[in-house]
Amino acid sequence: MRELGTVESVGTGRRDLLKFCAALGGIAALQTGGGLLREASAAPATSAAMAAERIVTTSCNVNCGSRCVLHPHVVDGVITRIDTDSSGDDSYGQHQIRACLRGRSLRKRVYAPDRLKYPMIRTGKRGEGKFRRASWDEALDLVAARMKDIQARYGNEAFYLNYGTGALGACVSKSWPPADTPVARLMNCWGGYLNHYGTYSTAQIAFAMPFLYGTGANNVAADMANAKLVVSFGNNPAATRMSGGGIIYDLIHARKESDVKLIVIDPTFTDTAAIADEWIPIRPGTDAALVAAMAWVMIAEGLLDQDFLDKYCIGFDAAHMPEGVPATACYKSYVLGEGPDGVAKTPAWAAAITGIPPETIIRLARQVAQAKPCYITQGWGPQRHFNGEDACRAIALLAILSGNVGIQGGSTGVREGSIYPPFGKFPTLTNPVKDSISVFMWTDAIFRGTEMTATRDGVKGTDRLKAPIKFIWNYAGNALVNQHADINRTTEILADDTKCEMIVVIDNHMTSSAKFADVLLPGTTNLEENEFSTSDAISVMPYMVFGERAVAPLFECRDIYTICADIAQRLGIREKFTEGRTREEWLQWVLEQTRQKFPEAPATLADAFRQGVMKVHLAGKPFVALKDFREDPQAHPLATPSGKIEIFSKRLWDISHTWELLPGERIAALPEFVTEPEGYLGARRKQFPLQLVTFHYKQRTHSTYGNVPWLKEVAPQELWINPADAGARGIRAGDPVRVFNDRGASFIPAKVTPRVMPGVVLLPEGAWYEPDAQGRDHAGCPNVLTSLRPSPLAKGDPMHTSLVDVARA
Amino acid sequence: MLKHPAFHIDLTTCTGCKTCMIACKDKNDLPVGVKWRRVTEYTGGHWVSRADGTVTQDVFAYYLSVGCNHCEDPICVRNCPTTAMHKDESGIVLVDATKCIGCRYCEWACPYHAPQFDPALGMMTKCNFCIDYLREGKAPACVAACPTRSLTCGEAEDLQKQWGDSVTVAPLPDPAITRPNLFVTPGRTAQPAGSSAGRVANPEEV
Repeated sequence: MRELGTVESVGTGRRDLLKFCAALGGIAALQTGGGLLREASAAPATSAAMAAERIVTTSCNVNCGSRCVLHPHVVDGVITRIDTDSSGDDSYGQHQIRACLRGRSLRKRVYAPDRLKYPMIRTGKRGEGKFRRASWDEALDLVAARMKDIQARYGNEAFYLNYGTGALGACVSKSWPPADTPVARLMNCWGGYLNHYGTYSTAQIAFAMPFLYGTGANNVAADMANAKLVVSFGNNPAATRMSGGGIIYDLIHARKESDVKLIVIDPTFTDTAAIADEWIPIRPGTDAALVAAMAWVMIAEGLLDQDFLDKYCIGFDAAHMPEGVPATACYKSYVLGEGPDGVAKTPAWAAAITGIPPETIIRLARQVAQAKPCYITQGWGPQRHFNGEDACRAIALLAILSGNVGIQGGSTGVREGSIYPPFGKFPTLTNPVKDSISVFMWTDAIFRGTEMTATRDGVKGTDRLKAPIKFIWNYAGNALVNQHADINRTTEILADDTKCEMIVVIDNHMTSSAKFADVLLPGTTNLEENEFSTSDAISVMPYMVFGERAVAPLFECRDIYTICADIAQRLGIREKFTEGRTREEWLQWVLEQTRQKFPEAPATLADAFRQGVMKVHLAGKPFVALKDFREDPQAHPLATPSGKIEIFSKRLWDISHTWELLPGERIAALPEFVTEPEGYLGARRKQFPLQLVTFHYKQRTHSTYGNVPWLKEVAPQELWINPADAGARGIRAGDPVRVFNDRGASFIPAKVTPRVMPGVVLLPEGAWYEPDAQGRDHAGCPNVLTSLRPSPLAKGDPMHTSLVDVARA
Repeated sequence: MLKHPAFHIDLTTCTGCKTCMIACKDKNDLPVGVKWRRVTEYTGGHWVSRADGTVTQDVFAYYLSVGCNHCEDPICVRNCPTTAMHKDESGIVLVDATKCIGCRYCEWACPYHAPQFDPALGMMTKCNFCIDYLREGKAPACVAACPTRSLTCGEAEDLQKQWGDSVTVAPLPDPAITRPNLFVTPGRTAQPAGSSAGRVANPEEV
């Protein structure tokens, strides 16, 4: 992801100005080094009691949004225990990066019985899971032969690197972003591949925010300490940023410092709500209606920050509209019922949609408007909807209406920002192919690839795809089946091997995606590799982990760099791919790149492993996004056409008038409430009355760790259902139930709990799909129920917009 | 080493992440089914649907991480027919594996479910406050693991000075039964001991 902003932070001593890059969900580089207080935390001393024990430093490289320090204990080549960071005195800013329950269970994942042990080649029908053992030579010969054959018939545009986040945050053995992986380097050496844009996590918000702000940046979570009120929409860091070095600890620490009040708005009484001051339940997909009614109250009671709106924004009122659009297309007209729909967005109007009583909406509007500064944040739940592009802009709008953008303790209303450390990057060269699809539309690109166009399907880099997807690389990812939508339709598309002709899966375990491989290659885990990683979401202490190999590769497993180099050999491009370097020599190369930006970084691999963890301390107040813009909007315009905050987006207006949309789809130029065909107001609710929301669960990071019995024991997979909905169906706590719609069904025990609002059911995402002969799932995998129909603008996954019903099984 | 070790849990920050449970399982290599530390979810509250399509509620939920409280008056020790269950000089309650016959009386007696039967060993096992770590001057695995810094330990007398007398919240039992070395800081929605406002929402997990 690209850089989104620059942080200026005031140091305590001799040098004051440090520039770091802040980014939303991405890695950015140090602008200038020096002036840093840092602390090296070496691996803990070996226990005297166990002389044969070796304790190494490494990290947990999965896609949770944190990156935790792990210290595996190794005895006779076997990992016997996994400790975490216990260095220093744990003072904030140099605090311990304590791993969550998953990282602490990692040895059970390394030694899982379903570890892939040797290369395999499919023997049965695709997806049946029937394979025979093969040698590495045979398997790689087959991969290279099929590559050449498909390239000759369809060109490089027929090759696709599927989204995979099972190896994330590292340098070389990384599966995300796909363009930064060794697989991308291999393909770039050989003519390129079909790109994708967006992520399953952030498709709608990443696409939409540039229209509003030109950026997705926000103040860091530590800045909550400088706020008078924190309002959090669909954001549950207690589950999505669980690290003791990451956002949940930043939040807890900020509240300990300032006692700032926290209001959580969410369909669920989340684990974050459990420590909040107030929970306001809201129906899924209706956040923009709540915001519109809050705006109505602010207008009616004169609570808007009108000066901020006039100076920094366009599109709020008729006096600040772009050329060529009707003045009544402004947000104020929309709210007051003077726009095209003629409906006033009163608290009573929003109450019936959101489920929130009018008096609560009025009170919340006053609280947000009057508690300056107010820190407004949103998770990625509200945007992972069919109308997510509108919902996420609406939530951000609250920060704009209340004038909280660009100030200490305020926010942009986007997800909390993060600071990333300076670090080198394994070079993957440039993809000669510019064609790109939405991350969510690869199944369409298999069966109707050449029909997909820019204005109908969001294809970028070309007006129309040149080839269907014929070859899929699926490295360290489970989005081939488990984490993609509508599994029954997806597996039907995949099962036809005349469509996508070749699927190569490289992974650690026999996942539901691995079962669809034609060639299945066993990869190493990062505990079997030397590998560096960097911090992910964090407020004030970016860090690097220099991970040392804990144990030798298990069985016949190989690392991804070696696998790609050996395929390059068969394509006659080994030299081009390796540039004569081994994997360890590339790590050394990355260190040298890092030292150019950050001279304090270790010089050699040996130094790096001795150092283990390098924490960078940022002195001064926490990062404020758009501070420059707030201080001088002329000198620091936003990356929008007007240089201002675009509440009304002329670009979206134009897109809405040029793109081809299907019935039920709408692209709104304003951040307004747009109804969803499968939402609370959708006609389908007569047939399937319950809104299904999937959520991140402590048992797993998406599907990673989903095969660890310890975690299943302490956090079992269950369907959360309100006592009223359960009672109406004769369901009691623990009963086996069937959750279903016309796309599929899943069988799972019920957790009957008031923690989910009536009319909504919850199923944690990532459980490992276990189909029976009828394709009915028996593991509680929600994607048998979700829809492949993408959101209208970002063409992103609407995983939280699904209607279902539930019955006793 | 601590002379009189005790635990403290801060319910204003505990998010129920269960890292303490897994750190304990990893350190002690415990099989599925044996839980030296357990995290109880206590949940309650009601919903009212109104005529205007809105809902109101008074829902609450909080978590309680409990291992063994190494009680002043350990009922498990009192009920052990073989004297296998005993308190050592620093007050840590331990199982003497040479004496335990696996009769499970201690398990039935303990209101915190601290003694855990290990079927493979045929005897009782339990939290030993990571006595090996304490001897090395380190915190127990569960405490060192806590991502939210909600679970801490220290000298009982110091914790009492810092946090006051042990407060008991639902669904913990009356502390008079065993006099646990457990100090609790209640959260916003904590219910008093003996309350029937909520229920244990995860009986299968604890």
